[in-house]
Amino acid sequence: MALRMPPLRDAHAERGAKFTEFGGWDMPVEFDSIRTEHGAVRGSAGIFDVSHMGQIEVSGPDALTLMDRLTTNDVSALDPGRAQYAAVTDETGVMLDDTVVYRLPEARDADYLFVPNAGHDAEMYDRWTGYRDEHGLDATVENVTDEMAMFAVQGPDAVEHVVEATDPVARDLRFLGTAYTTVEGVEVLLSRSGYTGEDGFELLCPADAAATVYGAFEGVQPCGLGARDTLRLEMGYLLSGQDFDPETDPRSPFEADIGFAVDLDTAFVGRDALAAAAEAGVEERLTGFKLLDRGVPRHGYDIVDTDGRIVGTVTSGTMSPTLNEPIGMGYLPVEHADPGTTLRVVVRGERKEARVQSTPFIQ
Amino acid sequence: MSFDVPEDCQYLETHEWARRTNGTVRVGITDFAQDELGDVVFVELPAVEDRIEAGEEFGVIESIKAVSDLYAPVTGTVTKVNEELFDAPELVNESPFEDGYMLEVEYEDEAEFEDLLTAAEYAEQTE
Repeated sequence: MALRMPPLRDAHAERGAKFTEFGGWDMPVEFDSIRTEHGAVRGSAGIFDVSHMGQIEVSGPDALTLMDRLTTNDVSALDPGRAQYAAVTDETGVMLDDTVVYRLPEARDADYLFVPNAGHDAEMYDRWTGYRDEHGLDATVENVTDEMAMFAVQGPDAVEHVVEATDPVARDLRFLGTAYTTVEGVEVLLSRSGYTGEDGFELLCPADAAATVYGAFEGVQPCGLGARDTLRLEMGYLLSGQDFDPETDPRSPFEADIGFAVDLDTAFVGRDALAAAAEAGVEERLTGFKLLDRGVPRHGYDIVDTDGRIVGTVTSGTMSPTLNEPIGMGYLPVEHADPGTTLRVVVRGERKEARVQSTPFIQ
Repeated sequence: MSFDVPEDCQYLETHEWARRTNGTVRVGITDFAQDELGDVVFVELPAVEDRIEAGEEFGVIESIKAVSDLYAPVTGTVTKVNEELFDAPELVNESPFEDGYMLEVEYEDEAEFEDLLTAAEYAEQTE
């Protein structure tokens, strides 16, 4: 299957980006170096092309019902112009994806927009329309992923760059607040959000205006998926398909430690299974650790206890550019998940000492 | 983008270089290889007196995004390990042919050098 391409793929290549396949998309992984890009976001600002993220619009009289039934959070609590993080679960409470749900500012064509992960847009579209049709709901669902570009401007200086490119409304947006504004005459949906742990914004615009919007941030460090991964991992944020995967590593939101995004008082698919899981308590939880010995933990490496018994598997790991220490996450039995617990990560047959550490890894 | 390919080195297709100086040979990875890997964060190398064999793995190099095996250009005994790399693996990125070298090896068979690529041949491969 041909790879999907972000609208600015060629411009990124011209700028010297290296590319990687991610979720069926051909995306820039690195422009200068992961360390340089990571440092820019922690220290000043960086801009990411995240057009591989899905965008699905939902509107109509039953839009709220449809959104509420298919995501774990309480969508009815969203005021216009606000967004929330949520999981999408199946009947058994297994996470299919995680997403951000936006209730769009008033008087627009669509009432809600949600952003599934790369490569999940078609699956989520089918899930939404399937549920709608099965339950006779009156709602329009539109997968606009290929018509939209999405950028993230992140870092302590992001607000200055975004105010300069848009208008002072950016300064007044609270975290997870959204507003329509313009960049060089192009209408954008601006959201104070991101996945780096820094202050910042995400901008959604029509794909054919991507160059204009991206161009307004000339001088801001371009960043690839490599830095996006090290930044999110320093915060302990999940990567869909890696830290949970309905096929290879099915997990509930409680196991993935995002219980804050689950509202059991709402009637969503998977709610009953999750209510029972909440009652019973989890046996395993996604847990952060640092490696004390030299080495880099990687996805798929075994985690063993001090007696050498396998107790888990690394889901994500890297050398933290901020700390210059190897960090990682994996699902561990709760009795091994307390901060300070000593474990071993098996790197090419060698047991490297590791210590459980609460996330985020950086303050 | 063009990469350094010093004339005084010989090369493996797997992007290691070998530079001979009276009886010993220095081994490292090329400028092209360090650029492909990106930020190097870890190297695992043999110890002094270990024997390495031409074409066989002798160590591992890791960047933030990738893990890669290191292959020996020739057979011989390790006489020196660049221990600087344990605390400063970024030297491989900054100076792949000098400060970022990995090993010095006392080689056994001069003839093995004939199997390595010349600078011109290697440069062609990375074009």
